[in-house]
Amino acid sequence: MPNSNEMFNPRPVLKFLDDSIIKKIITEARSILGNLGVEIHNKEILSMLHDHGAKVDMTKGHVLLTDDVIDDALKKTPRSFKLYDVLGNETHDFSGYEVHFTPGSAALNILDSNTQEIRRPTTEDYVRYAKLVSQLQNIASQSTAFIPADVHEHISDSYRLYLSLLYCEKPVVTGAFTVEAFTVMKELQVAVRGDEDGLAAKPLAVFSCCPTSPLKWSEVTSQNVVDCARFSIPVEFISMPLSGFMAPVTLVGTLVQHTAETLSGIVISQLTKPGAPVLYGGSPAIFDVRYETTPMGAIGTQMIDCAYNEIGKYLGIPTQAYISLSDAKQLDAQAGLESSMGATLAALAGINNISGPGMLDFESCQSLEKLLLDNEICGMALRLTKGIQPKEDFPALPRFEELLKEQHLLISEHTQKYLKEELYFPGPVIDRANRPRWQDEGSSTLLQRAQKEVEKLIEHYAPSRLPDTIKRELTKIMSEEARRCGMSDLPRIDV
Amino acid sequence: MQILQEISEVLQSGNGEKVAALTKQAIEKEILPKDVLDKGLIAGMNIVGEKYRSHDLFLPEVLLAAKAMYAGMDILKPLFLKDGIPTLGRVVMGTVQGDIHDIGKNLVSIMLRGAGFDVIDLGKDVSPKKFVETARKEKARVIGMSALLTTTMVVMKRVIDLLRKEGLQGKIKTIIGGAPVSAEFAEQIGADAYGYDSMNSVDCIKRLMEKE
Ligand code: B12
Repeated sequence: MPNSNEMFNPRPVLKFLDDSIIKKIITEARSILGNLGVEIHNKEILSMLHDHGAKVDMTKGHVLLTDDVIDDALKKTPRSFKLYDVLGNETHDFSGYEVHFTPGSAALNILDSNTQEIRRPTTEDYVRYAKLVSQLQNIASQSTAFIPADVHEHISDSYRLYLSLLYCEKPVVTGAFTVEAFTVMKELQVAVRGDEDGLAAKPLAVFSCCPTSPLKWSEVTSQNVVDCARFSIPVEFISMPLSGFMAPVTLVGTLVQHTAETLSGIVISQLTKPGAPVLYGGSPAIFDVRYETTPMGAIGTQMIDCAYNEIGKYLGIPTQAYISLSDAKQLDAQAGLESSMGATLAALAGINNISGPGMLDFESCQSLEKLLLDNEICGMALRLTKGIQPKEDFPALPRFEELLKEQHLLISEHTQKYLKEELYFPGPVIDRANRPRWQDEGSSTLLQRAQKEVEKLIEHYAPSRLPDTIKRELTKIMSEEARRCGMSDLPRIDV
Repeated sequence: MQILQEISEVLQSGNGEKVAALTKQAIEKEILPKDVLDKGLIAGMNIVGEKYRSHDLFLPEVLLAAKAMYAGMDILKPLFLKDGIPTLGRVVMGTVQGDIHDIGKNLVSIMLRGAGFDVIDLGKDVSPKKFVETARKEKARVIGMSALLTTTMVVMKRVIDLLRKEGLQGKIKTIIGGAPVSAEFAEQIGADAYGYDSMNSVDCIKRLMEKE
């Protein structure tokens, strides 16, 4: 290949900001942290910050973060890290412009596969979800996507992690709802890896931890940051400024706030344990002042996501965002268009961990059928990131001589070698049949095809290869936790 | 009366200074303070509510109108010295224990105040005891509870159970809201109403008060 081709980086990259505006945004965010500071409802963290030279007002629960403290934290923050599945195989490299998709997490409801009506999810739904996500090629990790309603609310966060670790080998994007839940969620992970060092060496799950806009950390979420850092469990910071409501209406103003809140999280994490893995993440949204909602599919929301990811990259920290999801209530055209626009923009922007697939209705409803469709959207977006690149295309003459001689290139060696790499072939949910064939096969709608494929994949599920001894250990830990809150038995499942 | 109509109109456009000036004029003309309040300020806010529902006004314009209304209220307040300014009733609002989501609850509180209710906002992470004690002490007619987590919505039932235990159920009405709850859930736990956004919540609470 000629030299000029080797120089060419085919990956298309989307950019909204240039370095000068990024620097300005960071400077302004620092000035906010230094002058207005953050409110942290956590005495332990406040005294730690005090010991590191931050100006702390213990009675008000308030701290001013100076540039020194912020710089110190930024210096310690890892530039990249990896995730490993339950078997210990590397699955994620959070660095550069590598992108990985993960289902939107913590939904309140599920769209029932048959009726397409919303209802509270159960253990059975969760198992179906885990079986499905294990087979979706373009979804790199599982998330604890919704909350089974048939267990005590005190264990609803740990229980979904438990089910995930039993049924699906992929690493997990999750989060705790209380301070106490963290302990058992850590125990479950330690059981998979053998010990705490094993877990620190090969991270298995990422925890979402949310500051409260504007410029606040609750006791629960800040303590989660500290606890994760102590065990080197990766954290994604989920700052949620709402443009025009709990944040400035302009995208740049929202970015300043997001930067300040995220930097404050980085300080808490890195001062707790230097080098603790973090993702520069978020779930900001514009605020729809007509409906009082936080639309995740809004173009403004998606632009903020891509842009703060550029700021994270500028700071040298891997990134995450809640993008590639929709606010539609069912699997309709709005669901498809908002999710695919988000997935495309996010992939082009190089957001390292992209949370969203399967999600509808302002992060409140998961749909297995949508997840299946979104898997195709992700596949297309991932193909897009590989760009256009010559593959034995120059010189062109021999290939065209072959074409003219053979009349086609269907069985050409070049075709055989590059067919599947070069062209993305979606699964049966995407309709590519000609009309008579489509009619002959039942004139199916997208939803019908998705329903059929979901059932097929769930049926073809092969159990996780996690050793039975570990599976039993997980069940033991979970059962004990359940008993502690008065549940004598966990719902019956077959592993 | 022309001037009350004018008060309503300048209030709708969010002009607090003009609302205050016109309210003063109306008082000078010896229009009853109660009429200025009901037929001027509250009437204007009601129209704002309708226009918000139909998307002719957006939330910021509604809040500006509410602010303008307060400018008028401030003029009226001293005239109601004896019994205080008449309100549509007192509502205790809060996000339930274990939950820190307060944006939706805050918005409902703002709109309730705009509609003429007296709101005591207890903030977030509010215990059942605090809800019930405050409502009793402050003679509130309604308790409004918000929850955004499946893990915290169960606290709402504890508040209602406590009301029952204290013999206050029925005397103090309850309304709930937030993403995980629904009208069915309200019925299930014995709450009197469910509101899905700020305007709907104002309507529901008005209806609760009428039912008495
Ligand atoms: C913004 C937000 C946050 C912010 C909250 C900031 C704040 N000051 O409130 C922050 C970042 C702090 C946050 C934190 C967390 N969050 Co949150 N959050 C949201 C989000 C995206 C939007 C909520 C919102 O403000 N909407 C806008 C307002 C205007 O709407 P609203 O709240 O629905 O209120 C309207 C109506 O419901 C009604 N209403 C509301 N209250 C009341 C009360 C009465 C009396 C009445 C009549 C009506 C009424 O009127 C309101 C006005 O229109 C939701 C998603 C969602 N779909 O709700 C997730 C969501 C609720 N959060 C979620 C989670 C998981 C969390 C965390 C646990 C995450 C973590 N691991 O740290 C923590 C919570 C910790 C805790 N113990 O509370 C999950 C819930 C999952 C579950 N199954 O329970 C959701 C669904 C998102 C998701 N899928 O992950 N969150």
